[in-house]
Amino acid sequence: MNIEVRFTHRFPGFELDIAFAVERPGVTALFGPSGCGKTTIVNVIAGLLKPDKGEVRLNGSTVLDTTSGINVPAHKRRIGYVFQDARLFPHMSVRRNLDFGARRTGERLPDGEASAIITLLGLDNLLERKPRHLSGGERQRVALGRALLSNPAALLLDEPLAALDSGRKAGILPYLERIRDEARIPILYVSHSIDEVTRLANDIVVLNAGKIAASGPVEDIMSRLDLFPLTGRFEAGAVLEGHIARHLADEDMTQVVVGRNRFVVPRVGDDPGSALRLRVRARDVMLATKAPRDISANNIIAGKVTGIREDTGPYVDVQLDCAGTVLLARITRMSRTRLAIGHGKKVWALVKSVSVERTPSRQDGRS
Amino acid sequence: MNLMLTPVETEALLLSLKVSAVAVLFALPLAIAVAMLLARSFPGRAVLNAIVHLPIVLPPVVMGYLLLVTFGLRAPLGAWLNDTFGIRFMFSWTGAALAAGIITFPFQVRAIRLALEAIDPGLMQAAETLGAGSLDRFASITLPLAAPGILAGAVTAYAASLGEFGAIITFVSNIPGETRTLPLAIYTAIQTPGGEAAAARLVLLAIALAFAGLILSEIAAHHLKRINGR
Repeated sequence: MNIEVRFTHRFPGFELDIAFAVERPGVTALFGPSGCGKTTIVNVIAGLLKPDKGEVRLNGSTVLDTTSGINVPAHKRRIGYVFQDARLFPHMSVRRNLDFGARRTGERLPDGEASAIITLLGLDNLLERKPRHLSGGERQRVALGRALLSNPAALLLDEPLAALDSGRKAGILPYLERIRDEARIPILYVSHSIDEVTRLANDIVVLNAGKIAASGPVEDIMSRLDLFPLTGRFEAGAVLEGHIARHLADEDMTQVVVGRNRFVVPRVGDDPGSALRLRVRARDVMLATKAPRDISANNIIAGKVTGIREDTGPYVDVQLDCAGTVLLARITRMSRTRLAIGHGKKVWALVKSVSVERTPSRQDGRS
Repeated sequence: MNLMLTPVETEALLLSLKVSAVAVLFALPLAIAVAMLLARSFPGRAVLNAIVHLPIVLPPVVMGYLLLVTFGLRAPLGAWLNDTFGIRFMFSWTGAALAAGIITFPFQVRAIRLALEAIDPGLMQAAETLGAGSLDRFASITLPLAAPGILAGAVTAYAASLGEFGAIITFVSNIPGETRTLPLAIYTAIQTPGGEAAAARLVLLAIALAFAGLILSEIAAHHLKRINGR
């Protein structure tokens, strides 16, 4: 299962030159600021917009090739598309909305699988309602179910949370995580929120001014200092993949192993051995040139400076190699001069806070 | 005043109902097609829009005259229709229906077009990604969502058809039982000495019919808002 996209398209005053591939199932985030062409890209993949020049391949078969004149119409591409504004059919009940794509697909999902998706998305009690009687979050869940029940070869989610308030966002994220973990199709997730991306995505394609700035696994891209202006200076930080070593029952904490380092975080519900993703924001990391003692930070990690990024303003971003794990720290230019921090310098990273960004994939079998 | 209709007046009423029904039903599919065309942008849209709305601003007698020179038996089109299919509009109730259909066509187009333009184009894209081709989208999304607007347009056109006078009397004359619809019967009654009571009865009837039509169309429009979730 894969998606390959390569195209150029010109709008008045704006040009897109795009090439990337989604190679594996799971979530690939299409990340970039508003107005950088993200929606155009998903529309090209879905067949809702024909670019000036380019190709789109789904699972190896060409659905668009402007050179040879191939352009499979959208309704034959088997792409599930969840729009920012849900776009439920107002004259149909939730049940008929869900059935709409299912009745038109060549390969219908087995009944059991269809009802499992409905249950997974918590739609069982909404089936007879009309869309106007649903909340924003419920609408997005129905839109998600409708796309999935059409048995698509790939799923495109265009900022599905952008129109929701933060409470509703938090309410729907767990559903998205379940879909990610259960669906065996590639999911392209358009977002301008780095929080959503680090929580949901395996891979990330960073878009800037109509071009692909970088693409790769989230951990790699997020630790790159040169991408800081794009990944969001304030929110930027390292994303670390690890697993639970053990729970510290007395302290109500959990010990997480990341490479050759150990972190302690506030207790997580999952069992030892479960995979976790940690996010350490650069602004939450202090640096010391001597091993600090008698201080409240629980996570003190030794490492070596491997990169420094200067920008205008009082701050510099420092990249550390901590026995194979990359951490990022944002310190003031003043501290950097005072502590003489430069390439190769041995330092200690004092991590003020760690957030557990993603609960593990193994959701089933637990209550 | 005696409110009971005479047989001749009943005949005029039934003829009016029939002429309007045929006029609206035959014009409806064309009105939907033209409304769909006008709901999108293309070169010449303003011209088509003007042509469609011409019957509203032209004097009905001019419409009647134009019909006469187009569908009269000595006009090429009228002669051809008569020779080939045996269709004759002159001095026939079908001619009255044709005149009423053309005159009230803009009402239908306008209401349907408004209903079509109220449909979120994003719904079409959503239906497309869910596997619906263009005919399928028209049948499953466009038509049901526009249905109240189509109904409102048809009811308004029907009510307006009942009142058409100038074009009918110019085109197909005032033949009792054939082309003497309600307005023509009112006109005839007023022209006839001692026909005041009959005229008054028919006028009340015409007002009641028009009123019922407008109320029905209002109900349909209200339903449109509800069905579109607003």
